[in-house]
Amino acid sequence: MSQRQEPVIYPETQFYWDGAKAGKLMLQRCAPCDAAYFPPRPFCPGCGSRDVAAFAASGRGRLYSYVINQMPAPGYEPPFAVAIVELEEGPRMMSNIVDCAADPEALQLDMPLEVTFEQRGETSVPQFRPTTGGAA
Amino acid sequence: MSRAKNSPEIAIVGAAESTRMGKVPELSQTGLHADAALNALADCGLTVADIDGIATGGHDAAEIAQYLGITPTWLDGTSVGGCSFIAHVRHAAAAIKAGLCTTVLITHGESGRSNNRTHRPLFPSAQQQEFESIYGALFPPSRFTLPVLRKMKDDGLTLEQIASVAVVQREWAAKHPRATAHDPLTVDDVLNAKMIAWPFTKLMCCLVSDGGGALILTSAERAKDFPTKPVYLRGMGGESAEGPMISQMEDFTSSKAFRVSGKMAFESAGISHADVDHLMIYDAFAHLPIYGLEDLGFVEKGEGGAFIAEGHTRPGGKLPMNTNGGGLSYMHSGMYGMFALQEGVRQMRGISPAQVEGAKLSLVHGVGGMFSASATAVLTNQDQW
Repeated sequence: MSQRQEPVIYPETQFYWDGAKAGKLMLQRCAPCDAAYFPPRPFCPGCGSRDVAAFAASGRGRLYSYVINQMPAPGYEPPFAVAIVELEEGPRMMSNIVDCAADPEALQLDMPLEVTFEQRGETSVPQFRPTTGGAA
Repeated sequence: MSRAKNSPEIAIVGAAESTRMGKVPELSQTGLHADAALNALADCGLTVADIDGIATGGHDAAEIAQYLGITPTWLDGTSVGGCSFIAHVRHAAAAIKAGLCTTVLITHGESGRSNNRTHRPLFPSAQQQEFESIYGALFPPSRFTLPVLRKMKDDGLTLEQIASVAVVQREWAAKHPRATAHDPLTVDDVLNAKMIAWPFTKLMCCLVSDGGGALILTSAERAKDFPTKPVYLRGMGGESAEGPMISQMEDFTSSKAFRVSGKMAFESAGISHADVDHLMIYDAFAHLPIYGLEDLGFVEKGEGGAFIAEGHTRPGGKLPMNTNGGGLSYMHSGMYGMFALQEGVRQMRGISPAQVEGAKLSLVHGVGGMFSASATAVLTNQDQW
């Protein structure tokens, strides 16, 4: 089976992937708006301000929407979930749902999720799994 | 109080699809553009020497000009997905009004099925690739469909309602000899078809076809010199974009690009929903007409699915929609917007095999990418209003 795609990383997004390698899900926050945003860019998509700073997100979110993909993708064994996660901080991002059956019964909308990291070559890719408990 | 009459400024005088559609292995993608263009020129009795404006999407407009032997004074290569050609209509109207050119040829060709092309007309976004494709979301069926479970939960949309879109459109396709699929469908047929990306089955996804289409636009004052019944633009239409990352769609239950484009088109035409006799809403997937009906304001939010399931858009219904069978049953080359326009033109000429009797106004609305962009055109056969 071929390998899963590794991201093409750009100068503006390097911090995100460096963070992932260190086990952190990185977001950015705009100071004037006091709002977190994603995906990375060196200015706020809400107001255009360059007064932004990267920070490590909590890694907690909820299952916002998904499909169970049956089509081939390099390195993936269908069926697998392609999901949208809404992060505790507000932004949404794409992910797979790991450590969980790719099954509508197991994948309930709004279920709590937590970030985990999948190693792909030299890159760590953020992924989400059902919350395992602990300090939720 | 007297009311000044409005008269049209821009007309579509030539319109045609490629000679063959569906599986056309004998033509390249460039060849499909040219075949459709020559058919549209023949339709209005013009030659390439009469064309001074060229627009196309998903392909180099300069190559189309060179291949056809046209030296344009105006070019538009807007490539924002399948609605690009609807946006080109709007841009061409503005260009003709501004005197940048007099006669615009808009072409579409796509070898979606036979793949006779050197490049696929995708619209790569660096951020989409970096933050979405890596999750195995490589094809439209696993991306375009992503908002739907959320809409089902938040708005009460049901899978049966989504399936009914394919059923109703098959009824329209049955009337069209050139449609790819003619056999009747039931909701159960759609729900039980091969699963592609749960909850979407194959019959909720568009066809994959070869084909092309072309339009020729000029000023309305010239329109009556042509052999076919003129089809006028009413107002300047609308367009907008939200962007190629489906994960970043602001509201999973409603398309911002649809709302903005639709509102502009209605306002520019000075029409209300009751004025629309015929409607085309680009259906790459079965949920698109549901979003479209709601976001264009034909129904309240959350009512689009029931409206279609209740039969209001089927033959004999009060709002005939996607009367060629749509991307689900007519054809879908990849950038289907041109075919929605073609059916709008046929309806306004009164020559559609699924003709809506007495239709005076057709609204054509398209999506580009995965809820990424949108464009809307309002067509009419009336020369004053």
